[in-house]
Amino acid sequence: MNADSRITAEQPWYDLFSRGARDWIRHNEKVREALKHSLPQIVSDGDVLSKSGDHSVFVPVKFLEHARFRLTDPSSEQGVGQGQGEPGDVLRQGQQPGDGDADNAHEGAGGEGEGEVRFVMEVKIDDIMDWLWEELKLPDLKPRPNANVDEDDYVREGYDKHGPRARLDRRRTMKEAIKRRAVQEGAPAFTNDDLRFRQLKRRHTPALNAVVVCALDVSASMAEIQRKLAKTFFFFAVHGLKRQYAKVELVFVAHTVNAWEFNETEFFQVTASGGTAASSAFGLSLDILKSRYDPARYNCYLFYASDGDNFSEDRAAAQQALGELAQFSNYIGYLEVVPATYASAETEMTRLMTEARGAAAAIGISKVARDEDVWQALRHFFLQEAQSNELSSNT
Amino acid sequence: MSDLSDYVPRIEELARKLGLDYYPVDFEMVPNNFMMEIAVYGLPVRMPHWSFGVRYIHQLVRQTMGHSRIFEVMFPGNPCHAYLVNANSLAENVLVTAHVIGHADFSKNNQLFERFHKMGGGRIVEQSAERAHRIEAAVEEFGKKRVEAVLDAALALEPHIDLDQDLHRSRYPTHSAPPTFDPTTTFVRRFQELSGPDADASEAEGVQRLAVPPHPEKDLLWFIAQYGPELEPWERDIFLAVREEAFYFYPVFACQIMNEGWASYWHARLLREADFLPQDLYLNAIKAHSDVVRPIAAEQQTALSINPYHLGFMMWEKIIERDGLEAAKAIMREEDDFGFVRNYLDRELAEELGLFVFDAKDDGEIKITSKSIHAVREAILSPKFNFGAPRVAVTELRNDGSLVLEHDYQTDARGLDATRARKVLNYIHTIWRRPVRLHTVDGRGAPREIATE
Repeated sequence: MNADSRITAEQPWYDLFSRGARDWIRHNEKVREALKHSLPQIVSDGDVLSKSGDHSVFVPVKFLEHARFRLTDPSSEQGVGQGQGEPGDVLRQGQQPGDGDADNAHEGAGGEGEGEVRFVMEVKIDDIMDWLWEELKLPDLKPRPNANVDEDDYVREGYDKHGPRARLDRRRTMKEAIKRRAVQEGAPAFTNDDLRFRQLKRRHTPALNAVVVCALDVSASMAEIQRKLAKTFFFFAVHGLKRQYAKVELVFVAHTVNAWEFNETEFFQVTASGGTAASSAFGLSLDILKSRYDPARYNCYLFYASDGDNFSEDRAAAQQALGELAQFSNYIGYLEVVPATYASAETEMTRLMTEARGAAAAIGISKVARDEDVWQALRHFFLQEAQSNELSSNT
Repeated sequence: MSDLSDYVPRIEELARKLGLDYYPVDFEMVPNNFMMEIAVYGLPVRMPHWSFGVRYIHQLVRQTMGHSRIFEVMFPGNPCHAYLVNANSLAENVLVTAHVIGHADFSKNNQLFERFHKMGGGRIVEQSAERAHRIEAAVEEFGKKRVEAVLDAALALEPHIDLDQDLHRSRYPTHSAPPTFDPTTTFVRRFQELSGPDADASEAEGVQRLAVPPHPEKDLLWFIAQYGPELEPWERDIFLAVREEAFYFYPVFACQIMNEGWASYWHARLLREADFLPQDLYLNAIKAHSDVVRPIAAEQQTALSINPYHLGFMMWEKIIERDGLEAAKAIMREEDDFGFVRNYLDRELAEELGLFVFDAKDDGEIKITSKSIHAVREAILSPKFNFGAPRVAVTELRNDGSLVLEHDYQTDARGLDATRARKVLNYIHTIWRRPVRLHTVDGRGAPREIATE
């Protein structure tokens, strides 16, 4: 009966389908799901932002562990080894936790160090934004239906039997000819009746460009941690707007008593000392918007982060600049970054913003003290922004 | 150029001549990547689950880095199925063929294997593929999420079966058997002749409704499949599928040292006596042999683990040299690793092999604690007790349908890891659909209850 043993060598489906890869993909899906539930942490993790050059971020994650009943980890583990040595010999010196290769030490005792391993998962910023929208239950933003912002354009619309040669649609024409020949016997290949031309129509289209001004108070009173909060907020605010507009341009402005424009990388590293005069930033933003971004073609957003202080001498100037800015903008978001322990009365800047809002400008105000608050602030701004859109589209 | 099919019949002929007795083996040459999957899943075609994906990626990394290489995987049954890597050299595959024949002999004759073979039917490869297809059909019908939730629970409980019971068990009797009296004894006869008002009532009293479970139940997979209050039939199917595979895996797990040693002994011996093998092929095969059974990586002086191939091989060599082949075969039939190591790993061999027990502390310090033969034996066996899992049993099924589990912390010497235990309870809860609680002890030995939220 041993003669029944067989050797076979052909099972081509093995190459076509990797079950290991399938289950690995499923594992990664689960990791992503889990990430989704810890979004506030990802959002507030500043490191995520530092590699934001392209369209994805790298988030360090752990392998998921499929739990089983296991005894508690003892303070030391026993195992059997083989080789030279006598009782009492130390095979390896104790080390600082963390360095050294823990895997080996566990192997002898049959432990699976698998829960320890980490890997880096690439997460698309678009995915994060989708999750954010889902998680925050935000409506989709709409471009402001402002006559100024709309422009006329020619769009392709419908077909006609007459038209310039350049707009002949050959595929359509072919179809017509085939249809005709199917019902006519011995018909010519093409007739003039078969010809179809694409038609253009002049249409009103909303401008899908946006410019976002991120203005940051970098005066001495803004500490590192506060700037980091502002940065996190700007990052997600900008990406949220990018979801909406075909093209988003960014302007970075930092100010003390004077204001300067920076590029993105420099912007977050700027520190300065000195007092605070917000009017300088508002004025500069206004100049930039006026000179570079035609309000007929751009939706304008301004996000301003500050600790709320402003020279009282600056009040009138700031008020005026802000009022003028509000005319230009779809929405102004003011983020007040305050130290965690600092529960102040209304600050100078809040007062200014509230007044401006009273004058019918779309302005949102939010206070941020800790990482978690960024989450709330985002929610607040995007909800409000969407509502203000609703309002203006109703009028 | 000759290939494997030239040598396999002659190796088998030699094996029969040397008295090996086994079910036919289907050899299959497969690509390396498929081999890796067989090793990861434990079976050629098995149910999908994300936890296999994690093992897969670990194995892929190890293999890519050259830390691990799989030569063969063999599934006992009738016929046995053996998988060989088609990219390996002819010499390596000749060696592997001989090795597989050793396994085939072991699995037909060892009593533990035999018992599980009889219960399972000896068609594990086909059966597991059928089960995988059924589970994939369930995915189609009930959705990935629901099937995955059931598998999360079932696979987490994989080692929690009762090895002393049969694979096919019926539910507990619902009522106790009526008391039986032997009517021939004088006492009973005289008792029954007595007249009294309760004659009928006493008979009804003898039969009692039994508690479920009537005794602590170790087979968690079986218990949940049988008594889950709202378990759907397809969910029960999955639980029983995982349980059946766990029964299949147990003998392989419990005889690893003996079985690998036996196969290694036989591949060495078959090759030695196969005078039809060309000299260079023999030399290459023997080189592969010494790589497989080497105890310690070439550049190191000590290893912090034992190689079961090496330990088993050395033990069998010694037993056969000292007591002869027939005695060795009797041992092979009757023992599992527990008996094998305790009865046949003697002081002399342990010293020769340089076996020691070490202690690895949290801070990374590793110290040899003992070379005593008793300590060595117990340390080798300790990860094998109870299928390598803590002892957890169902003790109570309450009126509200809630499930009570009890961890036998006295035998296990310490409590369960609470975080993991809670996760497992949550897995169970998803399909048990009633509260689940577990009693164990905490780090100081005080009783602790873990419950689902």
